[in-house]
Amino acid sequence: MKTIKLLSLVAILALTFSCSSDDVNPLPVNEEELITTVKIVLTNSTNLSESVTLTYTDLDGDGPDAPVIINGNFNANTNYTGTVQFLNETETPADDITLEVKDEDDEHQVFYSFSNALNITATATDVDVNNNPLGLEFNFNTGAVSSGTFTLVLKHEPAKPNTGILDAGGETDVEVTFSVSVI
Amino acid sequence: MRILFSVVACLLFSQVYAQDCSNTFKGKVVDLHDNTVLVGATVILAGLEQAVLTNINGEFTFSNLCIKDYTFQVSHPFCSTKAYTIKVNGDTNKTFYLEHHLEELNEVALSGKAFNSLTKTANESVIKKETIDNFSSKSLADLLESVSGVTKLSTGNSISKPIINGLHSSRVVIINDGSRLKDQDWGIEHAPNLDVNSISRVTVIKGANALRYSGDAVGGLIITESNKIPVKDTIYGSTILSLHSNGKGGTVSSNLTQSFESGVFASVQGTLKRFGDFNSPDYNLSNTGFFERDVSLKFGLNKFSYGVTGSYSYFKNSVGILRASHLGGASDQIAAISSPKPLFIDDFTYAINNPKQEVTHQVYRLNAFKKLNKLGKLNVQYNYQKNKRLEFDIRRGDQENVASVDLELSSHNVLLDLETKLNSTGDYLKYGVSLSYQNNYANPETGVRRLIPDYDAFEASVYGVYSANLNDKLTFEFGSRLDYRNIDALKFYRISFWESRNYDVLFPHLVVQEYDNQILTNPNLTFVNLSGATGLEFKIDDFQTLKLNYGLASRAPNPSELFSEGLHHSASRIELGDLSFKPEISHKIAFNYERKGETLAFNFNPFIQFVNRFKVLEPTSVEQTTRGNFQVWSYRETNAKLYGLDIDVTYKPLKNLEINQQFAVVKGYDDSNKPLISLPPVALNNTINYTIKKLKQLKLTLQNNYVFEQNEFPNTNFDVFVPTTQTFQTVDLSTPPSAYFLTNFKVSMPLNLSNNQTLNVGLFVDNVFNISYRNYLNRFRYYADDLGRNISIQIKFNY
Repeated sequence: MKTIKLLSLVAILALTFSCSSDDVNPLPVNEEELITTVKIVLTNSTNLSESVTLTYTDLDGDGPDAPVIINGNFNANTNYTGTVQFLNETETPADDITLEVKDEDDEHQVFYSFSNALNITATATDVDVNNNPLGLEFNFNTGAVSSGTFTLVLKHEPAKPNTGILDAGGETDVEVTFSVSVI
Repeated sequence: MRILFSVVACLLFSQVYAQDCSNTFKGKVVDLHDNTVLVGATVILAGLEQAVLTNINGEFTFSNLCIKDYTFQVSHPFCSTKAYTIKVNGDTNKTFYLEHHLEELNEVALSGKAFNSLTKTANESVIKKETIDNFSSKSLADLLESVSGVTKLSTGNSISKPIINGLHSSRVVIINDGSRLKDQDWGIEHAPNLDVNSISRVTVIKGANALRYSGDAVGGLIITESNKIPVKDTIYGSTILSLHSNGKGGTVSSNLTQSFESGVFASVQGTLKRFGDFNSPDYNLSNTGFFERDVSLKFGLNKFSYGVTGSYSYFKNSVGILRASHLGGASDQIAAISSPKPLFIDDFTYAINNPKQEVTHQVYRLNAFKKLNKLGKLNVQYNYQKNKRLEFDIRRGDQENVASVDLELSSHNVLLDLETKLNSTGDYLKYGVSLSYQNNYANPETGVRRLIPDYDAFEASVYGVYSANLNDKLTFEFGSRLDYRNIDALKFYRISFWESRNYDVLFPHLVVQEYDNQILTNPNLTFVNLSGATGLEFKIDDFQTLKLNYGLASRAPNPSELFSEGLHHSASRIELGDLSFKPEISHKIAFNYERKGETLAFNFNPFIQFVNRFKVLEPTSVEQTTRGNFQVWSYRETNAKLYGLDIDVTYKPLKNLEINQQFAVVKGYDDSNKPLISLPPVALNNTINYTIKKLKQLKLTLQNNYVFEQNEFPNTNFDVFVPTTQTFQTVDLSTPPSAYFLTNFKVSMPLNLSNNQTLNVGLFVDNVFNISYRNYLNRFRYYADDLGRNISIQIKFNY
């Protein structure tokens, strides 16, 4: 009786541990929704050859590396047309997340804000399927000479329509800040 | 007991004898061990051959008796039959004590001994079936809160885990029918995967003293057991139906057992719980519904000297996560915390949308025991547990239906125990070995970096416990356990993190392969842990007991503490583990004074605990990302000390009035005397039970709970620049919510339908005054109020 028990135990153990060693390495996971790069191109409406590009790049996502930010300067009292692009540059070629935002335009909205001293205003020029502002394309108007910060926010599932970011709610997918000057 | 009988007998004989046959005899049958009433016991009046069954309160009555000696034969399915000769003289009352012989009848329940001899000297609290039934729709943690010193750590209202004397998660070990529950216990938002309806008894051990099961229960152990099955020809079962106003849902749970004199038995149990959105007093808590489905099967053979049991259990729960808790970075947190109402409130729905959890836990178990001459009782168990955890987030596009977390944890466990009685005075030696193999598989299809890596873990343990009765009053216990644990992981690190932690210098040999910005590493960690327990129990008299015990526990760091590295979406923070962590070592000294009695029962339980290399998760910095600022929480090691006091007093001024008062306090500090995070605030719980006998045993229960504001907490607030408002603002994550007072009310009535059938109908009102409150130990306290009033009806049918 006792030997049978012991034998069965050994058998169970053998079964248990014999199937445990597989040497296939797991595959790395590349964050599919990661936005590593925010690229804003602002083109002078009256002089199309003149444009300013602001980029915010954080290739390790929520890892410890600090983001690389390219800031810019704008002409005073000028109208620029702006477009924003969201990219995942950990993939080659880079994955354009902007297309996903466009596909679900009713669930997204881009907001712009400026520090008080900065003489710039921006308004969305594109709309979603429900005719609410989307904000991937926008007008960017500079005033008198000044400097400060420009922040662009992409909200997922905000309340739409809304009166601005403060009552939009939703989840922040992108929040990037640039130092800019009007010269 | 014998003395009591003689006293009673003397009193009876001293009465004046007179011929009169209109006397009533009222009796009560209770369990000798714990004074629980025995329902459905058969009482036969010898000679007259009259038989009655005890009612729900264990009581029975015989009328029209003469003044003379009568012999009563008392039997119960779980007890051996006993005969008593009682002199009836006038209307007579008598309580009969029967001894449960669960061990003899049902040896196969391996954990059967857990509650009466597992720890002689540790502080144990027991929750019985009657109380468990009241929590049919609730979670294990809700149920355990009825023990003083046990609270719960919640993530919303449907996900909660028990805290014992201030400690939780991997520090609290749950043993279910003799097997350690191997689910993903490391996470705060990972609730134990166990249906309360499948258990009929819970023992809480506030310490690491149950060495048979584990050596790493720094906080304590929770031992749950399912129904004992009698060795006789019978079929029985019960069904509980509960309907609730808050959540507009309910629970139905049923079980049926068939057993035979031959020892063969089969048992089936199932539960369905379905709730929609719950509500606070002022608003709907959107996306907080849940759907739980559980089933378990058990069959086997019970003989006196051997037995075999096989069982299978399936637990599945889909739980909605409060929509308003789903946030981006610090800006969202500030907006959510400063808003008095949740920022997302929708109409009531039964739908469970993202974010949500879907958890499945399956246990296959095979038990056998055999009584061996001289050696004692040999128990063997094999169990296989499979835990699948899916967490769904709010995602873009096609990702919506793909889980963000997809983990499968499989464990094979083999346990072998031997229990040897050393002599007739009750000294014994228990010893055993266990082996376990565990595999964690993190599905890469999620499109989200793995929070917990793939790993294989191997464990081998050996333990021994010695207990000796030094004399009639004094019992000594000593036990020791050695655990070997090896964890072999395949973990992807971001190269930036690997280098920032200096791991490229410390652990270059772990690197397996480099990818673009990630490297695959193979940490292989081995921990050898020694644990032990020793204690004394001193019986002052029949009513009073003193216990003093010391427990040494060693806990190897869990996968989360070792490997965390990245954004924890459901907590909207970045969590970082540390590969160089060593086991934490706990020393706990506890004292227990217990008084049992008819009118006054008292339990006084102070403790002090020192934990070396205590792992704490605390905010350390703020990280800038494309999604804004995120708080970084890092695990660190400190030397912690905790002390506290649990008091439990039950006073019965009248036969039908019982007042219970509980008080619990725990304080904890790290080595720089900073308070530990998430310790339960001081709480006072008062329960008054009043039974109206004339109204068919109508039972009224009034419960008042006062929870103080936690006045000691680490300040983990941080300031961030909020670009949208152009201001620096404080993210207040640490200020505890105010004190609150909650009142619950309950009415219940037992109805005897026939000899073998009882019906119990109850009406419960939780949070009677619909108080708005927030609980310091609920992680969603930042975003929403806790639950408002809930009115529920429960129908319990035993057959």
